[in-house]
Amino acid sequence: MSSKYRVFLALPLLFVFCLAAGASGGVSIVPGPNAAEQLQEALITAEPGSTINLAEGTYVLSDGLSLDIPDVTIRGAGMNKTVLSFGDQKAGGEGFLITSDNVVLEDFAVEDTKGDGIKSKGADQITYRRIRVAWSGGPKETNGAYGIYPVESKNVLVEESVVTGASDAGIYVGQSENIIVRNSIATHNVAGIEIENSKYADVYGNTVTHNTGGILVFDLPNLPVMGGHSVRVFDNQIVDNDTPNFAPEGNIVGMVAKGTGIMVMANRNVHVFNNTLKNNGTVHVLIATYPNEFDDDNYMPHPRAVMIRGNTYDGGGTEPDGEVGGIITGVTGTPVPDIVWDGVVPLTEWMTWTSDDDRIYVDEADGTTFANLYMIQNTLYPWSTSPDRDIEDYAGTVPEPKAVSLPQLQHTN
Amino acid sequence: MVIRLFISLAILCAAAAEVFAAPVNDDALMAAKPARTLSEYNLFNDPKKQTPNAGVVPYDLITPLFTDYASKYRFVYVPAGKTAEYRDREVIEFPLGTTLIKTFAYPADLRRPDETVRIIETRLLIRQENGWKAWPYVWDEDLGDARLKVAGKRLEISVTDHDGAPLVIDYAVPNANQCKGCHALNKEITPIGPSARNLNSDYPYDDGTDNQLAAWTDRGILSGVPQSGDIPRATDWQDASQPLEARARSYLDVNCAHCHRLEGPASNSGLFLTAWENDPPTWGYRKRPVAAGRGSGNLEYDIDPGNAAGSILIYRMKSLDPGIMMPELGRSMAHKEALIMLEEWINGLD
Repeated sequence: MSSKYRVFLALPLLFVFCLAAGASGGVSIVPGPNAAEQLQEALITAEPGSTINLAEGTYVLSDGLSLDIPDVTIRGAGMNKTVLSFGDQKAGGEGFLITSDNVVLEDFAVEDTKGDGIKSKGADQITYRRIRVAWSGGPKETNGAYGIYPVESKNVLVEESVVTGASDAGIYVGQSENIIVRNSIATHNVAGIEIENSKYADVYGNTVTHNTGGILVFDLPNLPVMGGHSVRVFDNQIVDNDTPNFAPEGNIVGMVAKGTGIMVMANRNVHVFNNTLKNNGTVHVLIATYPNEFDDDNYMPHPRAVMIRGNTYDGGGTEPDGEVGGIITGVTGTPVPDIVWDGVVPLTEWMTWTSDDDRIYVDEADGTTFANLYMIQNTLYPWSTSPDRDIEDYAGTVPEPKAVSLPQLQHTN
Repeated sequence: MVIRLFISLAILCAAAAEVFAAPVNDDALMAAKPARTLSEYNLFNDPKKQTPNAGVVPYDLITPLFTDYASKYRFVYVPAGKTAEYRDREVIEFPLGTTLIKTFAYPADLRRPDETVRIIETRLLIRQENGWKAWPYVWDEDLGDARLKVAGKRLEISVTDHDGAPLVIDYAVPNANQCKGCHALNKEITPIGPSARNLNSDYPYDDGTDNQLAAWTDRGILSGVPQSGDIPRATDWQDASQPLEARARSYLDVNCAHCHRLEGPASNSGLFLTAWENDPPTWGYRKRPVAAGRGSGNLEYDIDPGNAAGSILIYRMKSLDPGIMMPELGRSMAHKEALIMLEEWINGLD
């Protein structure tokens, strides 16, 4: 065969190769001495629509990574196979920062960052899928604050991910809207999962164990985004949360008592249902007002329209911890009831009544224990105040927010 | 006779300009892809001495950003026939093609900032059609040229420190994304330094000292400066004759507020440090930390009045730990002198 024919034969083959390259539309990085620079350069020069593949192995990074190009997928070989290791990190408030829209992170791990693990800020449509963030030395105050950390974002999906060792919250979604956190595992963090100053969130199918507190739904003052609402926490396993609080003081989670299952603080329209709560030593479900003084006229410190129903309770309440544990047992004694509400309402309502739309409702199986601590009365005249343990007084319901739907789940499912 | 002399002089000058200084390369500045080497832009006549080309104007800021005691040489280039517009509060509005040039350099001895200065890096911010572009160029060892480093670079720089001891600075050239980490306003790359308030001071030009805003106006590169003279002026944080509060807020404005403002990368913290922020909890007064993690240092407030040692702001500015330190980028050392000033300010707050 002449060489001319060989060229013709090779052409279709070449074409196939080109197609294959086009389909992946991106670059592959393999571990090695220049991998850190190659990866960061790939993140800067990525084309929208492309994928950056991270081969199996450990990547040693001394600076934080960042992505600011929209519509990019970062894909590893598996959360236990592709590891971005930041043990020698010299700079950067987080390991990986994403500031662009429509980004998918999947199948890799981020370990031992000095600050937060992976942060996405101001990003619309961010997906964390089978991502692992861990601090390998176990729970330590010197670990970074947040593992998976979407903030000021829209359409947030965290699924099948694992976070261990965060000194604040393992999976933390702050000042965001339209959120699903599902089928993930959070262990040995101060808070397993936290939804803060956010609206329209579904948290379900997660296993949250050996943290200080399991799942927190908080709203805090003096922030650009406040008034968290419409949060559903359901079908989660919240079991054996028994790690002593190792958050640096000053942080709001520093007050969370070891063995808190679910805590709802401030917020409106929070529904907690079908969860399994087991062996949470302080209390399974705590509903509370923001405890600190604040200077912010736009902030509502009280939880409003909370519905607790159909959960399963087992053990727990026998080892109340810390200041919060002390305050509760000072009123209820030990064991602490399954569900505790501090009973603090705005002063005008305390003197009159709370409208049906704003109340706390509980609808649980017989045998579930409950206490309204009546903390206002308790502070004013503790000698004649006893908690209201009559769960029947809290019968009723408020409309449940509809299921969160995310655009990034529309194409795949 | 006199006329003939003028003509020949003019011809001579033009010829000299032809030979010694090609004009700034506007095409290279406006190209979608950045030049591989800094010399392609023709911004300097003598790069080693940082002598600018015609049309490239040096400037200074009243209170600059602290970057590990680096010396900085700043220049602005506005293409011929174009004019920047004055802004009262934000950075001046620059026209297309504008290039802000900042060269980082270290003296061999930090106590003698003007002697044996070695230039390290030149950063460009170029105003193109689709926004500002940020490109870092690292100088060759022999200072022949500087090369583009999109992914950034770490450099070890040996100097003698303020106490006369040898010091190795772990200098970080930012990558293009890190540039945006600070230079972002509403998610767009934006210059930080050249605001009217921070330019409103005298500069010793070759042809005499003049107020920078007036000089820019005279050169035709700036318009709209109020004739009333009612122009905000930043306070020099080092000027002990000025009120401590003004010095402190000016320092925080320049060093922190590019991120710590509603439109900036640290908006989620709720701590906003612009010079014009008047709500006490918002500028840190008895403000509790939000997402600080161990950055809180077991302390309750960003600024605890009367208690600098108990204020998170001071704790984070002193720290060199990446998980704690503020700012997050651009320093590997603490700014001791500024900390003394800020501590004095906080200790004096009620």
